[in-house]
Amino acid sequence: MARKHTLTRALRAAFPYTIPILTGFIFLGIAFGYYMNTAGFGAVYPIVISATVFAGSMEFVTVSLLLSAFDPVRVLILTLMINARHLFYGLSMLDKYRAAGRKQYALIYGMCDETFSINCTVDIPPVVDKGWFMLFVTILNYLYWLFGTAVGAVLGSLVVINTEGLSFVLTALFVVIFLEQWLKEKAHHSALLGLGATLLCLLLFGKENFILPAMLIILACLTAFKKPLEKAGERI
Amino acid sequence: MTMTMLQQIITVCMVILGTIATRFLPFLLFPSKKPTPKYVQYLGKMLPSAALGLLVIYSFKDVSILSGAHGIPELIATAAVVLLHLWKRQMLLSIAGGTVLYMLLLQFVF
Repeated sequence: MARKHTLTRALRAAFPYTIPILTGFIFLGIAFGYYMNTAGFGAVYPIVISATVFAGSMEFVTVSLLLSAFDPVRVLILTLMINARHLFYGLSMLDKYRAAGRKQYALIYGMCDETFSINCTVDIPPVVDKGWFMLFVTILNYLYWLFGTAVGAVLGSLVVINTEGLSFVLTALFVVIFLEQWLKEKAHHSALLGLGATLLCLLLFGKENFILPAMLIILACLTAFKKPLEKAGERI
Repeated sequence: MTMTMLQQIITVCMVILGTIATRFLPFLLFPSKKPTPKYVQYLGKMLPSAALGLLVIYSFKDVSILSGAHGIPELIATAAVVLLHLWKRQMLLSIAGGTVLYMLLLQFVF
């Protein structure tokens, strides 16, 4: 009974945080399922890919990879490059996810942008089990995406209505989470570095190639200014 | 379809492998049995804010400033999200408000 109580409480605490993702993922999932379907693949393809890859933007890329010439090495390298940002997420979540014990494997496997942004920043109330809270955020987001994909893949054009602009819900989510973090932290150097370096690289290298150089600049700056940054974080 | 079934399966497996690798690598490199190096601890503390900043820009990557609506609807809707959030500090309200405004702008104004 006590365990059941812990689970219910964690689920209840986690669900509200996932509502924006519920909206965004079902919509984008439908778009992905439909897109892959119209590209000539049966409904099984997008559903299996969503269930196994579980990385939104990469899945759209996978469709075009499947339509080009067979080149597994290029596919692997491309995937590593597109998903390199996960490395930053992992480094940020080392302690938090480890503390969840055996649940950490599911947490790491399902660590997409949206799940990371919530689990990284949310203040979980002390009465709620942290491990279960983070696991429910992960599972719920996973299910939303899978459900959306299945609906889009099976029903396709029947459910595609005028939702132009709805995907902004995920942008708004990231903006709000960034803002929350901003209001919580003492020093803003790292946040500004993340915005500035990434924007600079986007303008310089274009939208296909900006992530890696941005990550390198962020790492280089954090390393070069380690001493003053650590001091700034301790102040106040 | 140019690929055989087997080639398709291998291709998808490569995507899975690459994605899993990027998610698990930090945890494999710094196992819990050994104390995490001070430098990595420092990165773990500093990176969240930078990663969230990166993510914000990443989610705007498809906005074209030079063509179409020049990113004006995105700018207005983002400003609305920020102002709503500073005003009410209600996550869902800020997100819903900004998104509805963005959809209205896109469908009726731009």
